[in-house]
Amino acid sequence: MSDVADRVKKIVVEHLGVEEEKVVESASFIDDLGADSLDTVELVMAFEEEFGIEIPDDAAETIQTFGDAVKFISEAA
Amino acid sequence: MFDLTGKCALVTGASGGIGGEIARALHAASATVGLSGTREAPLQDLAAELGERAHVLPCNLSDPEAVAALPKQATEAMGSLDILVNNAGITRDNLFMRMSDDEWQSVIDVNLTVTFKLCKGALRGMMKSRWGRIINISSVVGATGNPGQGNYAAAKAGMVGMSKSLAYEVASRNITVNAVAPGFIQTAMTDKLTDDQKSAILTQIPTGRMGTPEEIAAAVLYLASPEAAYVTGTTLHVNGGMAML
Repeated sequence: MSDVADRVKKIVVEHLGVEEEKVVESASFIDDLGADSLDTVELVMAFEEEFGIEIPDDAAETIQTFGDAVKFISEAA
Repeated sequence: MFDLTGKCALVTGASGGIGGEIARALHAASATVGLSGTREAPLQDLAAELGERAHVLPCNLSDPEAVAALPKQATEAMGSLDILVNNAGITRDNLFMRMSDDEWQSVIDVNLTVTFKLCKGALRGMMKSRWGRIINISSVVGATGNPGQGNYAAAKAGMVGMSKSLAYEVASRNITVNAVAPGFIQTAMTDKLTDDQKSAILTQIPTGRMGTPEEIAAAVLYLASPEAAYVTGTTLHVNGGMAML
């Protein structure tokens, strides 16, 4: 697993308090990992800080799953 | 009684009578204060009076870029932004039939839209630290209406609905959002009223007097305090019984 994926996973596990095994590529933050809409906003904020990038609101809306996040950040960072 | 040691508060309109008193009250409770306003001289005077833990942050709220930058400047100057008091406001009174689009829009922009933007800018840090207090200074006329103030009343009522919506969204993060609605308060603005106007107003106020800026500041201090953690989405009316809502 890539370095980006590891760092994203760490943030997701810490923020949502979920088990690492559940954070798979297709895992939806809201449907599978128990996030509410405000959690997803906070996750995006955490990603921005961790990777020193800016994720615009329209892009943030497309990040629904762990895989989406890793893909977006890998391309942006 | 209330202790805000370690908390940093941004007060807009701190060059005015009510805003200055709010800053004094928060500062007296050991908060660090950021004094924002358009006129820098009165802010410098207030900062000099307060001494330590006071920062001057001039900002023209009619300038969207300056508004966007203010929460960041406040955070950099003070170290964090835990308490936001949206107190700045303008009036452009006119009869509804005569009110220009510009009179309408400028009052909505400065009183309502700026409040939205500053809340949004301050939330990031509050969400991260899992603690925050937002206090929006509304007005009794937002609840009762007032002839000649269609624009101002709309903006002040808008602040209340906005505060409630935001209060829902961020309550789980220990961030409270409340409004304080002053009635007639002794300030430079009400000093301009004639004696006849004043006595007419006083007949409408059960306590028989105007309020003081200190009495508004005390309400803000309470809502900013750790003790008010369970109070959110409310409007605290401080109006001498003029409107019992």
